[in-house]
Amino acid sequence: MNKQEALIDYCLRLGDNSLVLGHRLSEWCGHGPILEEDLALANIALDLLGQTRNLFTYAAAVEGKGRTEDDLAYTRNNYEFRNALLTEQANGDFAVTIARQLFYTSYAWLLFTELQKSKDETIAGIAAKALKETSYHLRHCNEWTIRLGDGTEESHRRMQDAVDSLWMYTDDIFAQTEGDALLIKEGIAADAATLKPKWDAMIKETLTKATLKMPEGGFMMKGSREGKHTEHLTYILGELQFLQRTYPGMEW
Amino acid sequence: MEDTVKQEDHFNEKLEKGDFIEPKDWMPEKYRKTLIRQISQHAHSEVVGMLPEGNWITRAPNLRRKAILLAKVQDEGGHGLYLYSAAETLGISREELLDQLHTGKAKYSSIFNYPTVTWADIGAIGWLVDGAAIMNQVMLQRTSFGPYSRAMIRICKEESFHQRQGYEIMVALSKGSAEQKQMAQDALNRWWWPTLMMFGPPDAISSNSADSIKWKIKRETNDELRQKFVDRTIAQVEYLGLTVPDPKLKWNEARGHYDFGEIDWAEFNSVVKGNGPCNRERLKARVGAHKNGEWVRDAATAYAKKQAAKAAGSLVA
Ligand SMILES: [Fe+2]
Ligand SMILES: [Fe+2]
Repeated sequence: MNKQEALIDYCLRLGDNSLVLGHRLSEWCGHGPILEEDLALANIALDLLGQTRNLFTYAAAVEGKGRTEDDLAYTRNNYEFRNALLTEQANGDFAVTIARQLFYTSYAWLLFTELQKSKDETIAGIAAKALKETSYHLRHCNEWTIRLGDGTEESHRRMQDAVDSLWMYTDDIFAQTEGDALLIKEGIAADAATLKPKWDAMIKETLTKATLKMPEGGFMMKGSREGKHTEHLTYILGELQFLQRTYPGMEW
Repeated sequence: MEDTVKQEDHFNEKLEKGDFIEPKDWMPEKYRKTLIRQISQHAHSEVVGMLPEGNWITRAPNLRRKAILLAKVQDEGGHGLYLYSAAETLGISREELLDQLHTGKAKYSSIFNYPTVTWADIGAIGWLVDGAAIMNQVMLQRTSFGPYSRAMIRICKEESFHQRQGYEIMVALSKGSAEQKQMAQDALNRWWWPTLMMFGPPDAISSNSADSIKWKIKRETNDELRQKFVDRTIAQVEYLGLTVPDPKLKWNEARGHYDFGEIDWAEFNSVVKGNGPCNRERLKARVGAHKNGEWVRDAATAYAKKQAAKAAGSLVA
């Protein structure tokens, strides 16, 4: 893998993360526990979609084959997607959604904090904007984790269950490829290995405030960097890509 | 007795002068009730309206359209919030208002009981449904109740974008393939008549219209607004190269307006009564969201109480 390929892969990884997670969050629209949350989740979904569009547009430009953001989102197959397994997991109850937000957003916040210093100016620019948005998303999920963890007995139980059930997908968020190593050396990408201990500390702090237990060890599922996904992704793509697959090459 | 008479005179004077009635002002009980009914119905419509459009967010045909639709549906939720707040100034809680919706006591716009079965429906809703809503809302910016008027001014700022994005979808489809054009025509066929029904029953039989005009809650009648809408929309239909499903539609030179066919009020009444294609689903979705969210709201309340108790404790200490 050369640097160009590595950079495309890296942008797709990040763009797929926000595309798939944004898709999940937008499923809440009209079904949230309170109207204010319908708005908050839609708002976060919209930010994530914006990040995807920036990253895909850049990936397409680096590739230089005339593909567009939509080609990347709508015509790649399931095994070509690089999003973390965590992001494709189902919404579940509100606690599951919040736990997924907490795990992903803490990572994204650390990542963009590093990437705003990237030697690749476009990446740095995208990251700086995304960091502002992510700071708000982080506050949102931190607050809810604490509220649910330290709310009622029922909410505590649900939140702990959610944290426990999604824990197995958290290592996969940090998986790296050879290409990443190349980009890290050039000061373009962030080293996920150095983010992990910081992530652990952030999660621990929030869970403690929320009177929740931090899971330890256990089976960790991986594979997203090689395009190995859970069963959920094909359903997501079935919906996401439906119109483009049914009527290929149309203007909308 | 005399007091009430004086207060009523004062109220009428204000209306006469075109001053706003504010929540703390004296107002006839029927005025208050009419407003609660109308504002909450409006708020519920915004929120229930998120469902048919929300349907297509995950299936939007490209990322740009997806972003626009997400932003649009989010706006509608925001409108719901402003309107619930405006209704609350009349002395009713959001909880009570939601309860009225969930028990079927309060209504929402019947238009959202029609299904969104293709992407073109998203275009048709923005173009026609938001278009019709705007005509009503522009008028309501000058409604006599202050908080309602101010909510409308905020809402109208966002609405023109809603209609534009819908029309843009229709333009893209009507310029597209035969299948896309067919999709657009089919959506117009299904949404045209229900959109005309949105303006409400004809003036001759509308039970609420007269009072609302007298109190300057409404400033134009149902029929006036409906005519204005038809007159404005036909040019756009022609530009799209589509046709409305009304053989009687014809320009009337003498009136300076389009004549149009008879609206099927039996269908309207039936949908209002609960027998539209999606009434049950829409209500079920709203009730379900509220029920599933109960433990979340309880948790937030419990947490806030604990925090307040802690703060009080530290003050004592
Ligand atoms: Fe609205
Ligand atoms: Fe609207």
